[in-house]
Amino acid sequence: MKKQFLIPIILCASWLPLSAQNSGEVEQLRQQLQQVKDAFEKSQAESRRQIEELTRKLDEVLKNVPPASRRAETNAIAKTPEQLALERQLAVELGGINATNADSRRPSLQQPWTPSQPIPVFRAGQAYMNMSFDALMDFGWSSASDPSAELQLGGHDPTSRGFTLPNAEIALDGAVDPYFKGFANIVLKLDNDGGTEIELEEAYGQTTSLPANLQLKAGQFFAAFGRHNPQHPHQWAFVDQPLILNRTMGPDGLRNVGAQLSWLAPLPFYTEASVGMFNGQGETATSFRSPGEDDGAGVNRYLGRATRDRNLRGVGDLLYVPRLASSFDLTDEQTIVAGVSGAFGPNNAGNHTRTEIYGVDLYWKWKPANAQQGFPFVSWQTEVLYRKFNAAAEAAVPLPAETIRDYGFYSQLMWGFRPRWITGLRGEWVSGNNSAIDRTDIFRGDRTRISPVLTWFPSEFSKIRLQYNYDQGQHFSDEHSIWLQFEFLLGAHGAHQF
Amino acid sequence: MKKSFQFFSQREALTGRNSSAQGAALGQKQNGISPERAKPTSVALSGLNDCRSITTRGRAPGFRIARLQRFGAGTFTWLHRATITRYIFTFLLAALTTATAFAKLNVVATTPDFGALAQQIGGDKVDVFTIARPTEDPHFVDAKPSFVVKLNRADALIEGGAELESGWLRALLDKARNSKLEHDKPGRIVAHEGVQLLEVPATLDRAKGDVHAAGNPHFTTDPLNAKIVAGHIANAFSHLDPKSASVFQANLDKFNREIDAKIPEWMKRLAPLKGKRVVAYHNAWPYFAKRFDVRIDLFLEPKPGIPPSPSHLAGVVSTMKSEGVKIILVEPFRDRRYAETLASHAEAVVLDVAFVPGAKGAGDTYIDWMDKLVSSLVNAAEGKK
Repeated sequence: MKKQFLIPIILCASWLPLSAQNSGEVEQLRQQLQQVKDAFEKSQAESRRQIEELTRKLDEVLKNVPPASRRAETNAIAKTPEQLALERQLAVELGGINATNADSRRPSLQQPWTPSQPIPVFRAGQAYMNMSFDALMDFGWSSASDPSAELQLGGHDPTSRGFTLPNAEIALDGAVDPYFKGFANIVLKLDNDGGTEIELEEAYGQTTSLPANLQLKAGQFFAAFGRHNPQHPHQWAFVDQPLILNRTMGPDGLRNVGAQLSWLAPLPFYTEASVGMFNGQGETATSFRSPGEDDGAGVNRYLGRATRDRNLRGVGDLLYVPRLASSFDLTDEQTIVAGVSGAFGPNNAGNHTRTEIYGVDLYWKWKPANAQQGFPFVSWQTEVLYRKFNAAAEAAVPLPAETIRDYGFYSQLMWGFRPRWITGLRGEWVSGNNSAIDRTDIFRGDRTRISPVLTWFPSEFSKIRLQYNYDQGQHFSDEHSIWLQFEFLLGAHGAHQF
Repeated sequence: MKKSFQFFSQREALTGRNSSAQGAALGQKQNGISPERAKPTSVALSGLNDCRSITTRGRAPGFRIARLQRFGAGTFTWLHRATITRYIFTFLLAALTTATAFAKLNVVATTPDFGALAQQIGGDKVDVFTIARPTEDPHFVDAKPSFVVKLNRADALIEGGAELESGWLRALLDKARNSKLEHDKPGRIVAHEGVQLLEVPATLDRAKGDVHAAGNPHFTTDPLNAKIVAGHIANAFSHLDPKSASVFQANLDKFNREIDAKIPEWMKRLAPLKGKRVVAYHNAWPYFAKRFDVRIDLFLEPKPGIPPSPSHLAGVVSTMKSEGVKIILVEPFRDRRYAETLASHAEAVVLDVAFVPGAKGAGDTYIDWMDKLVSSLVNAAEGKK
């Protein structure tokens, strides 16, 4: 007990002589600090005086310079009436090639840094990670009072009259080490009730130095099926997802946790073969082991079929996505890419039921040799998909065991008719066989949609798009929708895939 | 039957050494080239000769041997196996030496200026493929799958760096699966290294247009920078093909001497333009301007990457008029209409300039291209067409 009191006493006692000894040193340091402070303030005042004097001198000199050459220096900030007239005349002569950019000052590239400017800390190639943020927002109207009910079924489609924000995406990528690259896409979207949904759209690593032209990718990522499925919403040519993809790949596309091995064939023309292996579970693998939705009676259903929770019984129960794609340069200005894809795996509509999806895709592009900023161009993209969904018999309803078949295509022609302007037309048709629940499921039945679109890119980092949809379906009469979309991109400039 | 003629290959292999030596001598005589270069080639040729003689001479008796085997001649089988292995090994070795002897370095250049320099340094020791066409804006190239194939087989890649190819090169390299082209490997030649880049922005702000964070990437318009790039290329090629290092070094020395001789000439010819202002469509000429003391600082684009607007052009016209600026530079991938309209208002001439070597009539080599560029500028300044 005594020892416990002793320790603080000893500590205090030892401090006393120390503090007495230090007090002289503290005073000395304070004096030094004051001296340095004084010197600093003095030199600062001197610098300020010099700056003011130089500014005054510069102003005086500038006053004596004739206005014409000063205007040349600043490249016409103040406009004379003649200049305004000339400006109008030029606008007429150029026929509105581009009558929008009113700012006439040149970029001041080599301005010295001033304390009022932010300090650059994040430069391309000077960080370990490229980072960007991309937001898509829509405004539109539809003859259907609730477009999300039957018309716009995609996870990143505009889904209601008025404003929607279906996709805000944070994209990160970079080299992990000399052997891997890493990618992540985190998507935020606002639902129609104003709530924010977060999805880890993609997060995967990819090898950079496997031998024999192989490449391995692992994590959560879009399955390499066709052309549209692996694309992020901001890469789409239209505001919404093609109908056949919506039905077969699901509203959010076919993406899952898994691995993919791809191989570049040693041929004189581009041929890439890949096979993906996924868990095939959840909402992002709709056609496979997905839970479906509650039918109101406490039973989860997909395509009208009660789903059960099926676990993996063997590697044969994984979802396999093989793909083969080839490309040829038809001429120096025309390129074609063609591919075949498949997706095979078990589904939840029975204990031993399976789904098979087949797809064919074709892309052709023409761009002249002396294109300006990539314009003009014409491209044509078409995909045809077919799905075979086996369902087991259901005794409770009752429903027979049957094979549900869905098929359809979309075909889109895009024309970049002048720099930064693209117009396009997409035609779509989806259909399926008659099944026991054909008439009630909105993801089934015949449907046709025609969509003309016009997109303007004010720069590479922003986009304004206007699209009209004429919709005709088995479950609804003719519907008309018009969508206006705005996109902006901050941060790293991603490379464009062909 | 396959096995049967292998049997004879053993005998052939014994005499083969002899014949290959003859072949080497023959090859040298026929080709009339230096012994160092001829050696691998002739080995390969003799290898091919060997297998031809095997197939022709070995066929007929081969049937007999096969029949013998059927009666259980085990020793024969073992003999065959050994010879097969030996034969395959010799063949592979021959094929390999053929490949390396005949193979030139496969070089991919992102833009034609680097392509021209690579050809200059590499001479007949390299095969150069250029991704961007001379008439194409290097910022906007499609990442065509056929380029993936080229990159997959490349021994070297020459890129400008400094974000010139940021819109497309990464997409290609991600798919190319070529470890030779990884960063810091000798096959990855980053041309801008060691070049003092101009116009490095103090702050990054895209409100100022599409400004490259690393600085202006159009640096090969200064011949001294071309020398730096040529040095990188020669260095990398020498690493990749040490046997031809002396050739690359000689080509580099020749190029440097030519440039050194040409620069005073170009300066002299451009003297009438010294300190004068010239208009350009895009801020692509600061290095040329700095080297030859021509002011190319007035642009049709209000900001990099932003198309000309009437209000901006009106300002340019008044500057041109007040300062007597008479030349507007336009590259083949720009909309000439803007320049023509401007020219008609400011009584100037539109000068079509090739941005890189290789375009029609622009000269294939770097020096030819610069010669033509200087000539056309001087002619335009003198009012000649």
